Amino acid sequence: MNSVENTIELSIGSSFEFIELVSSVTNTILNISGFDEDTSQWIELSVRESVINAIKHGNKEDPGKQVEVKFKISDDALTILVIDQGSGFNPTQLPDPLDPSNLLNPNGRGIFYMRTFMDEVEYTNGNQGGTVVRMTKFRQPKS
Amino acid sequence: MFSISERTAGDITILDLSGKITIGEGSVQLREKVRQLLNDGKKKILLNLGDVSYVDSSGIGELVSSYTTTRNQGGQLKLLNLTKKIQDLLSITKLLTVFETFDNERAALDSYT
Repeated sequence: MNSVENTIELSIGSSFEFIELVSSVTNTILNISGFDEDTSQWIELSVRESVINAIKHGNKEDPGKQVEVKFKISDDALTILVIDQGSGFNPTQLPDPLDPSNLLNPNGRGIFYMRTFMDEVEYTNGNQGGTVVRMTKFRQPKS
Repeated sequence: MFSISERTAGDITILDLSGKITIGEGSVQLREKVRQLLNDGKKKILLNLGDVSYVDSSGIGELVSSYTTTRNQGGQLKLLNLTKKIQDLLSITKLLTVFETFDNERAALDSYT
């Protein structure tokens, strides 16, 4: 049986004022995606954290740069891509927020939350530079 | 929308937080309020989180920052009425080993030295 995939895309400027807009779209998509409330809240947080990173660290809040957010809804999963226009990113160089020496660091937990709440989180370089974050949450297998 | 209301119990300042503690909203206000209290010599602070509807990693970071700033000035900052979401976010990043947390205000107030 072929599964149908629906894609919803938006593109925002690199300003935190657009975060709530992305959250609103995310929540609307989650409402029709069939995930339970707890799972939905964590997916929304993961998207939020990724978009914040794209704005803040990827695009350095440059108003001339865009952040693209793409939602792909299928029978199997919800996949979200967040794409910035920055200079790229090496996720292997992140400090571990659970390390005792980092515990009281005010920053550095966003990606950890994403990896905790999503089933897959992948980082790749964009075709024109920048970073592409791909996050996937699989639906529960049907019994 | 984020708001802070302040009340006191003896020499302890209770901040009743309401709304979202997130980047661009709430985080800055909380930071400024805690620093104002410390500047005024009010070093026993209790953050009541029962009416916090949403928090992201920036909000969690601001709680951490408030804690360390207070501690570094010889004060005490504790948390009251954690929502389940905040509890989960703190737990996942082992911050429940850092903060003293309470679900009863009287017990929280009695814990200050």
